[in-house]
Amino acid sequence: MTTIQHISTSRRIKDRVVQGLVYLAFLLAVVPLVSVLWLVISNGLGRFDLEFLTHSMNGIGARDAGGGAYHAIIGTLEQVLLAGVISVPIGLLTAIYLVEYGNKGRLSRAISFFVDVMTGIPSVVAGLFVFAFWILFLGLDFSGWAGALALSILMMPTVVRSAEEMLRLVPNDLREASYALGVAKWRTIVKVVLPTAFTGIITGVMLAVARVAGETAPLLMTVFFTNSINTDPFSGPQMGLPLFVFDQAARPNDTAVDRAWTGALTLILIVMLLNLVARLIARWRSPARGR
Amino acid sequence: MSKQIQVSGLDAYYGSHKAIEDVSMTIEPRSITAFIGPSGCGKSTFLRTLNRMHEVIPGARVDGKVLLDGEDLYAPTVEPVSVRRMIGMVFQRPNPFPTMSIYENVAAGLRLNGRVSKSTMDGIVEESLKGANLWNEVKDRLNKPGAGLSGGQQQRLCIARAIAVRPQVLLMDEPCSALDPISTLAIEDLMAKLKDEFTIVIVTHNMQQAARVSDRTAFFNLAAQGKPGKVIEMDETSRMFTNPSQKATEDYITGRFG
Repeated sequence: MTTIQHISTSRRIKDRVVQGLVYLAFLLAVVPLVSVLWLVISNGLGRFDLEFLTHSMNGIGARDAGGGAYHAIIGTLEQVLLAGVISVPIGLLTAIYLVEYGNKGRLSRAISFFVDVMTGIPSVVAGLFVFAFWILFLGLDFSGWAGALALSILMMPTVVRSAEEMLRLVPNDLREASYALGVAKWRTIVKVVLPTAFTGIITGVMLAVARVAGETAPLLMTVFFTNSINTDPFSGPQMGLPLFVFDQAARPNDTAVDRAWTGALTLILIVMLLNLVARLIARWRSPARGR
Repeated sequence: MSKQIQVSGLDAYYGSHKAIEDVSMTIEPRSITAFIGPSGCGKSTFLRTLNRMHEVIPGARVDGKVLLDGEDLYAPTVEPVSVRRMIGMVFQRPNPFPTMSIYENVAAGLRLNGRVSKSTMDGIVEESLKGANLWNEVKDRLNKPGAGLSGGQQQRLCIARAIAVRPQVLLMDEPCSALDPISTLAIEDLMAKLKDEFTIVIVTHNMQQAARVSDRTAFFNLAAQGKPGKVIEMDETSRMFTNPSQKATEDYITGRFG
């Protein structure tokens, strides 16, 4: 015969201990995040002014205060935008092929394998590849576009992987419901599958953008370096915020180090802002609207 | 509007596995035909061969003939998409499109297939929802998401979506198995009404349901575990349930197995 049992004291203690450990682990994980944010904000806020956002480093001497990252902000925005324009369509189409048409055949397995390999490419290698191909082999100039090419190599696998996962989450029931209405396969994908996965795909794209926005190494060899404003990403050296931080932080003067902190703060803000915009787009298109 | 289906010598495969073998039958227009039988005997597979949905599954294929008023649906030049436009389908689990409103769900079949003017569309949506006995419940919230309805309402929404494209035949794969008795009754009433216009084929595990709604019934069974499913017997529903000619049918209907 069984009776109703009460929770023993030892179990209660174990429960408490494990609960405590979980909270501790959480705190440990949050400490670096908060301290990084704190450092960047407290050190970067000092120079976060109008001049920083609207002026370049042109004509600023080694010991001068002032100057700004306008040229770097422009460069980063253009390079990341171009990288997105290249890699989002290619990545999305690849994911659609893998999920909807590949049927786990030989080609789709090969693509999957190479996407995995690409995920593991160190960012320097992507930069070196574009440097070797675009600048040494084709003999073209350093430019924002070359930087965008390098960034897109890093961005593409992330977009493929996240979009693929999101497309696989779309229930097969919905595809079948659409086929049963006499809707062709490509229209089903465009009108039913993609809208259903839209929110997740946007999130994935934003993560990819956030990843490449902070890349320094591929830019060093492709967009080169400049102190002046170059709004044309297709000709001449440009600047990027990570490059700006890298450059300023290496200088011996406090004024330069302050600029580096502010550059880092600006980069974080840009990525956050992009994320926020993506969230808004995702919410606007969310399936649960008007519930 | 409604058409006859003639099936002869139909086999269906999943890869190398033969799921159903040598099925031949005639499905009459303006009537309800029910398929009964134990789980895994190929009823749903057979239903899906009737509008070429079977081949959507990778590796699946079909041998044999399905004639819709004399026209072979499996002729090599036939476009499967156009077959599905003529033979609609309602699934076991309600599957409204989650990104679309009630209105858009009903309009989906037409809208995804081409341009229809707003006023024509309004008429078709209203007519289809009325046809599915759902209009009165949703007419004030047509722009709300379809996924926000109850299970029974969602299933009727799916029926409305299927009849909005004006098919000749409506296939229903256990349409009530996820629903409560009241919603089931609503859908059964709806079927009785729809059979004036459509040829209806329904797969059901509920024998009372088959007895209540159908005009003719086909009993599917496996010869043995792992063997393909076959049609054991097909007849008027009244005769199948009172005086079946096969012993296996009688055993199944009286609950001796399955």
